[in-house]
Amino acid sequence: MKLELTELSWLDEHQHLSLTDLAELSGLSEVEIRELTEYGVFVPMQPEAPMLTYTAYCVVIARTASRLRDDFELDMGGLAVTLKLLGRVHELEARIRELKAQLPAGTSQL
Amino acid sequence: MKYKDYYDALGVKRDASEAEIKTAYRKLARKYHPDVSREKEAEVHFKEIAEAYQTLKDKEKRAAYDQLGQQQAGQEFKPPPDWQQRYGETNFSFDDLDLADLFAGMRAGRGGGGRAQNMRMAGEDYEVPVEITLAQAFNGTDIELNLSLPEYDQAGRMHRTPHPVKAHIPKGATAGQRLRVPGKGGKGMNGGRDGDLYLDISLRPDPVFRVTGHDLYMDLPLAPWEAALGASVEVPTLGGAVRLKIPAGARAGQQFRLSGKGLPRPRGSVGDLFAIVRIAVPDTLTEQERDLFRRLSEVSTFDARKALQQEGAK
Repeated sequence: MKLELTELSWLDEHQHLSLTDLAELSGLSEVEIRELTEYGVFVPMQPEAPMLTYTAYCVVIARTASRLRDDFELDMGGLAVTLKLLGRVHELEARIRELKAQLPAGTSQL
Repeated sequence: MKYKDYYDALGVKRDASEAEIKTAYRKLARKYHPDVSREKEAEVHFKEIAEAYQTLKDKEKRAAYDQLGQQQAGQEFKPPPDWQQRYGETNFSFDDLDLADLFAGMRAGRGGGGRAQNMRMAGEDYEVPVEITLAQAFNGTDIELNLSLPEYDQAGRMHRTPHPVKAHIPKGATAGQRLRVPGKGGKGMNGGRDGDLYLDISLRPDPVFRVTGHDLYMDLPLAPWEAALGASVEVPTLGGAVRLKIPAGARAGQQFRLSGKGLPRPRGSVGDLFAIVRIAVPDTLTEQERDLFRRLSEVSTFDARKALQQEGAK
């Protein structure tokens, strides 16, 4: 069977999507996304616009949020704090990777 | 179908209360949840725990699970003949299913609607880790995934079905990036949309280049005389070797930036390659080399530890 090549889409800051799309792709409800937006977890492209739009990278965060909500039964406040701290951890890990990349080969264990 | 001991997965007795099951799950979830855990094989452990909890936290599913009887974990078994009549709202082909599919199927068939009553349900999304080489990230690459997903046949029986997907990862991917493959996850039911695949990209460690984002770092070993006198050296890059002019007096740890020789980004720009100088000395010296180094040490006024002495004197 010959397989057809499937198109992929980047989940990055260059692609945009609506609140409804973000909800559909992540498993969070629109109400939950609005609440997490108020907590600062998601930053809409134009916060004052009547129709909220987000970057596609928000799908990655929203899917993590959806898993954490389901698996730990977290409320939105707890979820917002957890996501903020996870984001901080990822930033620090990236910084450590960057610094370790500058060490001679064989001295880095990350 | 292979038996899984859900009680054992959660580390509770078979007569554990709902509260004990919940407590055990919470403790293990905190330890192994792949979004927060650094434990080895966290995702595998968490899948086992979550699967066990999904069944045991639900009274009806737990009763159905208990009715399967206790078997040896990993042992092939078939549910008792009357089991499906009693618990299975969905038809199953037990041969090619997993125990998790069995109980997920029960969920799909319940809730006052169910599959049989044309409830519209979106297909399941799946996260798939994909490891590519640096060369593949640099050039872009086609990948073929051979997944096995639960699906319903025309007679309404649930099967695990091969689910091959071919996709092109465009150049610009790097570790930690996610790509969405729309509509290639689980089949939607009764008009529900098909699920998606999410590819979680990681890069295979490379013997030469270390990656951070779209920038690359590499060690550039120089002989002592190359570092002292300067040299033109060949440096490997992902796009082919280039010549790099090393100025006289290069020091260990000094970085040379080769602009645009890193990984391409998804939309045009390219990361950089940083070559970090390491001073390499021969493992063994010929007699002539030894003489020359000895002669150099006699005539040179260079003090490699001068800075240390100055700091020590403070």
